[in-house]
Amino acid sequence: MSSTAEAHGHGGGQHAHGHDHAQGDHGHHDQGWFMKYFWSTDHKIICFQYLFTGMFMAVIGGFAVYVFRMQLAFPGMPVPGWGRVTASDYNALITTHGSVMIFWVAMPVLIAALGNYLIPLMIGCDDMVFPRLNRLSYQIFLVSVVILILSFLVQGGAFGGAWTAYPPLSAKSAFNLTPMGSTLWITAVALEFVAFLLGGINFVTTLMNSRAPGMKMFDVPMVVWMIIIASILFMASVGPLVAGAVMLIFDQQIGTAFFDPAKGGDPILWQHLFWFFGHPEVYVVLLPAMGITAEVITVHGRKKLFAYRTVLYTAIATGIISFFVWAHHQFIAGIDPRMANIFTVTTLIISIPVAEMVFVYIATLYGASIRLTTPMLWALGFIGEFLMGGVTGIFLGASGADIYFHDTYFVLAHFHYTFFPIAFIATFAAITHWFPKMFGRMMNEAWGKVHFWVTTISFNMIFIPLFLLGARGDHRRIYDPTHFPELMRAGMQDLRVLATVSLLILISVQVVFVANFIYSIFWGPKADKNPWRANSLEWHAPSPPPHGNFPEGLPNVYRGPYEYAHPDRGEDDHWPQHEPPPEGAKA
Amino acid sequence: MEAVLPQPQRGSPQRLPQRRPVVPSAMLGMLVFIVTEIMFFAGFISAFTISKANAVMGMWPPPGQPRLPAEATLLNTAVLLVSGVLLFVAYRRFRVNAPSKSLYLVAFVLGAAFVGLQGREWVMLLGAGMTMTSSTLGSFFYLIVGTHALHVAVCIVAMGFGFVRLQKGTLSREFFLATLSFWVFVVGAWPIIYLRVYF
Repeated sequence: MSSTAEAHGHGGGQHAHGHDHAQGDHGHHDQGWFMKYFWSTDHKIICFQYLFTGMFMAVIGGFAVYVFRMQLAFPGMPVPGWGRVTASDYNALITTHGSVMIFWVAMPVLIAALGNYLIPLMIGCDDMVFPRLNRLSYQIFLVSVVILILSFLVQGGAFGGAWTAYPPLSAKSAFNLTPMGSTLWITAVALEFVAFLLGGINFVTTLMNSRAPGMKMFDVPMVVWMIIIASILFMASVGPLVAGAVMLIFDQQIGTAFFDPAKGGDPILWQHLFWFFGHPEVYVVLLPAMGITAEVITVHGRKKLFAYRTVLYTAIATGIISFFVWAHHQFIAGIDPRMANIFTVTTLIISIPVAEMVFVYIATLYGASIRLTTPMLWALGFIGEFLMGGVTGIFLGASGADIYFHDTYFVLAHFHYTFFPIAFIATFAAITHWFPKMFGRMMNEAWGKVHFWVTTISFNMIFIPLFLLGARGDHRRIYDPTHFPELMRAGMQDLRVLATVSLLILISVQVVFVANFIYSIFWGPKADKNPWRANSLEWHAPSPPPHGNFPEGLPNVYRGPYEYAHPDRGEDDHWPQHEPPPEGAKA
Repeated sequence: MEAVLPQPQRGSPQRLPQRRPVVPSAMLGMLVFIVTEIMFFAGFISAFTISKANAVMGMWPPPGQPRLPAEATLLNTAVLLVSGVLLFVAYRRFRVNAPSKSLYLVAFVLGAAFVGLQGREWVMLLGAGMTMTSSTLGSFFYLIVGTHALHVAVCIVAMGFGFVRLQKGTLSREFFLATLSFWVFVVGAWPIIYLRVYF
């Protein structure tokens, strides 16, 4: 496709090449099913590969949480679909839930799937700069999925050392009792990182070198910027964790002592390497969610994004500061209290740019003609729910409060209030918003709204009880609370049951979404190419876009992506980026 | 194909002027990858520095472990650095359409010689009782130096492909530039590793 060498050679850049390509023969129409859907280098097919794999993994992660929440609400009772939950089952399930939801659901859907789909379409080019690297990225990701699933079948079962994998528990099979499972888990995580590294290289290069003619840096839609900044964050922070992962595998399998204090190693070292990646990772998934929200609230609010450059600069600031907050995860790990003070300050500082983004979104909504479509509901829900997660994070960022709250359900509820909005609410906003473009048909609005309201209410009914439990000191790593009288005081078990029942409602209502999604792909009403009357370039392509994206030739760009309700436009409240300025107007 | 107008006519659907990439895609992709690699090695080296600082005073190198042959490795370091410079010069010649096969070949051979010299050093150290599991020093030494050697080996393979293409006359500027960038990274990382690990 966009062969760099060739495009560079005749000085026209890649667009000249892509332009001819789009108008000329495409030559890829007779490929078989396997080549089209499995071996494809088309960025849209790779998006669907990541999207559907991510959805499949969400089922696994959801099943794991169902089993262990049932154990916590009704300790010792057999769980339908699993049986009696042993302590090692419990550990394996929470580990699987955590790592699957972060690494195999949020990352592939928010970064890989949406990045692959949106970046080439929104910047107006025919494909990624390195299409074969893109295909390799998904294939490595698929291998990591297979390895993770296989880890359930080996002797000792799947790894049970939590998604943070702290040594010595994770390093010695004498402690974790999963001699194979722990190594398979960390191998899968490392491969998954390689996959996203390849994807990230593609994203950055594509944005820099393949933008449509006329598209300046500040004409790039915010969601593209956010995915790019998130990819850069990911690539800059993942190195130390891959280094740590190699050291951990050597500790497990060869018998080195990188993390064993008895032989001169240091277990805290792992925590530093892990959280140096782990905290930027929070913003790696947050920023794309923020970008999706920016797109959805402007399109469905018919108003220009308030302070485009402020959003961009705060996103960059968030990314930079996120490298200096990691030790707030380790306040009780025995780090120097003076260091804890420094990290308290940086942690509180990082809430400023994030709060600024939320303020900008509220300012965008002020005076907007809000249309409460399903994507808009999800986007508004994201802002509200994420705010709860952000505000509770301020308590935890202060080292004094954190010493009490550490490893309680308060922490758990806090990061689920950030993570669920990111990985699910924002993803639903994105899927419902771009569904007409992806599949050429509309989703059902009424069922979409049912899904939104039941999901949002049941989500809050899970985690508000967990905040209360955490404030009362309920520890998050306990398999059977009935063994601890102080965790069985009046009302505590009732809160656990309430959270579990709400979870059952949350999981079962996803059936509505899946049914709506599958039904709409095949039988939904046909969508035209711009059903939301949006400005950005992907709505200029047909729905769904063919191979090569823009059959009428790659577009030019004349203005920014958020020119809604422009005074010069009269009745027409949108002004697409690719539409040439009227005769006689200043270009 | 060359019909790119310098200025679009008003209101016409003509193509706007094309933007020539500031950095070619292959080079930009490689630079992003190198940033990740720098952080990867920074992770190893900082982990090693912390473990070394944790050692009890006077217990470094750990008892029973040989001192690392810092002086002998100076030669290996010089070999690698010369190879890096030669490849850079070879690229300069290539860019002005006067490619020098011998410069490229010498850079390639010196790079391979570095891996060989390091391998010889490993055999000596293994004989002296330093293994992956004998001490923290041994673990980190083989881990960091081994990872670096792996990077050198990968880049030498890429340079081998490049040499074949150079002989056939099909070597593209992007490929050469990407190889050179990675080689500069690998060569440039070595003195830092050498100073941090051997002393």
